[in-house]
Amino acid sequence: MKLNELTITEAREGLKNKKFSSSELTRACLEQIEKHDAKINAFITVCKKQAIEQAKEADKLLSNGAMEQWSNLPLLGIPIALKDLYSTKDIKTTAGSKVLKDYSPVYDATVVKKLKDAGAVIIGKTNLDAWAHGSSGENSDFGPTKNPWNQEYVPGGSSSGSAAALAADMYLAATGTDTGGSIRLPASFCNLVGLKPTYGRVSRYGIIAMASSLDSIGHLAKTVEDSALLLNITAGNDVFDATTPKKPVPDYQKGLQKGIKELKIGIPKEYLQTGLDEKVKENFEDTKRILSRLGANLIEVSLPHTEYAIACYYIIQPAEVSSNLERYDGIRFGNDRSFFTDEAKRRIMLGTFTLSAGYYEAYYKKAMQVRTLIKKDFEDAFVKVDALIAPVSPTPSWKLGEKVDDPLKMYLSDVFTVTANLAGIPALAVPSGFINGLPVGIQILGPQFSEELLFQVGFAYEQATEWYKRKAILNL
Amino acid sequence: MNKTKYQPVIGLEVHVELKTKSKMFCGCSAQYFGKEPNTHVCPVCLGLPGALPVPNNKAMEWCVMIGLALNCKIPLVSKFDRKNYFYPDLPKGYQISQYDEPIARNGSLKLKIKNEKLKNNLEKTIRIRRVHLEEDTAKLIHQFGNQKSKIKNQKYEEFSLIDFNRSGVPLVEIVSEPDFESALEVVEYLKKLQQIVRYLDVSNADMEKGEMRLEPNISLREISNVKFQIINYKVEVKNINSFRFVEKAIDYELKRQEELLKREETPVQETRGWDENKQKTISQRSKEEAHDYRYFPEPDIPPVHWTGNQISNIKNQIEELPSEKLERFKKEYGLNDYDAEILTRDKTTADYFEEAVKIGAGHMIAPKQIANVVINKKIDISSTLPAHLITQIASSKQTATLSDEALEKIITQIVDENPKAVEDYKKGKSNALMFLVGQVIRKYPKKIDAGGLRERMEKMLQ
Ligand SMILES: [Zn+2]
Repeated sequence: MKLNELTITEAREGLKNKKFSSSELTRACLEQIEKHDAKINAFITVCKKQAIEQAKEADKLLSNGAMEQWSNLPLLGIPIALKDLYSTKDIKTTAGSKVLKDYSPVYDATVVKKLKDAGAVIIGKTNLDAWAHGSSGENSDFGPTKNPWNQEYVPGGSSSGSAAALAADMYLAATGTDTGGSIRLPASFCNLVGLKPTYGRVSRYGIIAMASSLDSIGHLAKTVEDSALLLNITAGNDVFDATTPKKPVPDYQKGLQKGIKELKIGIPKEYLQTGLDEKVKENFEDTKRILSRLGANLIEVSLPHTEYAIACYYIIQPAEVSSNLERYDGIRFGNDRSFFTDEAKRRIMLGTFTLSAGYYEAYYKKAMQVRTLIKKDFEDAFVKVDALIAPVSPTPSWKLGEKVDDPLKMYLSDVFTVTANLAGIPALAVPSGFINGLPVGIQILGPQFSEELLFQVGFAYEQATEWYKRKAILNL
Repeated sequence: MNKTKYQPVIGLEVHVELKTKSKMFCGCSAQYFGKEPNTHVCPVCLGLPGALPVPNNKAMEWCVMIGLALNCKIPLVSKFDRKNYFYPDLPKGYQISQYDEPIARNGSLKLKIKNEKLKNNLEKTIRIRRVHLEEDTAKLIHQFGNQKSKIKNQKYEEFSLIDFNRSGVPLVEIVSEPDFESALEVVEYLKKLQQIVRYLDVSNADMEKGEMRLEPNISLREISNVKFQIINYKVEVKNINSFRFVEKAIDYELKRQEELLKREETPVQETRGWDENKQKTISQRSKEEAHDYRYFPEPDIPPVHWTGNQISNIKNQIEELPSEKLERFKKEYGLNDYDAEILTRDKTTADYFEEAVKIGAGHMIAPKQIANVVINKKIDISSTLPAHLITQIASSKQTATLSDEALEKIITQIVDENPKAVEDYKKGKSNALMFLVGQVIRKYPKKIDAGGLRERMEKMLQ
């Protein structure tokens, strides 16, 4: 196995036992990028020089036999990438938009700081739908990202580059953001584990805002274990983000092996009624069988307001987008407003309209009321069951260009994911197999701050299925 | 021209800058006055991508305090909202303010309005609609020169610089009901408000420095039909940055509107600015151009929840307010309205007076006498310690007794008993006078001002 194909856990073992160095590991990743990224287009910026430097630093610490530092530096020497929404001091941060083509932040996002402090090697900044507006990665002003499993297909968005490059083994993990499914969708389209944490579990400080009340700061990893390790680092209260409660951060890796015997897992019936691809439905039936076999009690539950979720989301989200994009006026940094592209303009107009005097009550306020009902649906469900499972997307990945002219169709791919954002609950996407050679995934949803439980369920399922062991074959 | 009489209807929005150490939503110093531009800045107050606001607890407590001092109700839940509009001094493209759930609401402020004709004071209550917290904008500095001109063949151009030191400084907005009927009332209210926030020690409220800003909204209604007439326009006046301009701007505006109404025209609903050079208000923005601020709840800041306990703790921190102090001074020290008003105008003077009264008690000096000295002699309280003031009063009190018959007697006696010294003095020996003064002082039972005594004896011996 090549070094760049390792999981974080495996790489940590290797580094610890001096089987290889961080420099070798980093170089393997950089070589993979050089070989394949011209086609995949997963990166906006590759930080080759800095990454090599950081790897050398890590090797110095490793050769000093810094065993006691091992637990303090859980990512020591591990190459990871950041979605290009994460502010990185002195490294270009574009949000996938030409408006910020040459913008270099003066500060690191809190999560970036935490990852660096954990010893991570930052290998680059990944491509995304401009301003995270999109489900396919095609809205990037720096060109679309291709799905490594089939380059004619989209990798899912908006964390498109983070997912595609990880599936192509260009690094060991990457950060993402999930406002309506932007981590879970690309995770499922690329055979990866994607975590959307509870709203407020991970600091948003320094990460370019899309819709502030929905944005969740998560990551993509190859395995559930890696995902839990990353959350151990990123989670917690941040004095720079007033929406991060002072809740203690557990060791998310601790309960992985607990299994799911006697666990009550709910199946939301509304998610299986309309618009679900037959093959995805079959795949989901397989998942249910596996979970039953592992000892879980599957119980049908109802989330009655699901049908209003997309409408509600597409009022609240553009409203907040329209306000959050106001600062990009070209006065203090960045290019002027003429550099905004269609999707951002569409959302600015939608949001501006729904917040206008006379319309606010009918749209935004109404949507917020519906949001409360959706939240309550979940609360009621979690009285009956411990967690819920559902497909991530009603269909597998689609061909590049297939939906670009039909924004409504594109929006509907978020139908199963937006509810978690509206309710502020965590969701973990885990690979559940393949349809015509394209990966699909399921998501596990739980009450707020139940990430431990999600990892526990995800790990049991992953160990039983081992889909993560399949690798995309990249043709040169 | 009709002869209808009109009554002014004036409401007021006052902005007061809090003097907290740090800004409203970041850790930058809020003390920006006179500082080098753009030195008190960070990603938050520059509105950089990804930066988030974290509310300043002190500012929230102080806003509650102002609300309480203005007899407001403090709802236990309050929230911040975004007020969206574009202006280069607003880095985020929205101002974090409070829309429908302000920190405080439904208060009042009692004023004493001097009535020139009746030569008395009339009490009037101005209702306070709400008190809320928001952030200040940056400061635009307009210049003329050849700064990186993009216009070809033009050596000089106008350009604007932005200083973000003020961006994000906490502002409290106090909105009154339209209860004012004259510029005089407005000025009285402003003075009172300034006095209260200074007493609370939460703002310097210096208008010249922009720490206190006001925007009156002015209309006129027919006097004959006060109760039923609907006023269908409102003119807002901005750019008033001193007490001197308040009266001028309001009076100008009232006159302008009256003239229009008398011609049976309805004044346009608009925002006007006071132009000190032209001594008039100038139209800035009409109703059609008015902003739609697209308010919505600020998602980056969770709603504020107070407990009853927190509110009463803040209440307990409020020391005696000016109106209470004034009443107490009258009662406790037997002062008249005028004296009590002057002494309580600012807290430093009031404290100084009370300290002096305490010390004066040991010297049998009455508060009234101390009040007289402090007010009439215009004592510089920053350089004269209260104890020193009392010594001065005590000695001048004794100096005043120089006219006593007793002293007169002693002087005559000393002069009679020392003819030689008197003679020497008349020959030009000034020492002889000092000898005589010394004799008087020795004989006089109380402490006495030697200088005064000397002058007096000089005159006598001439
Ligand atoms: Zn700041």
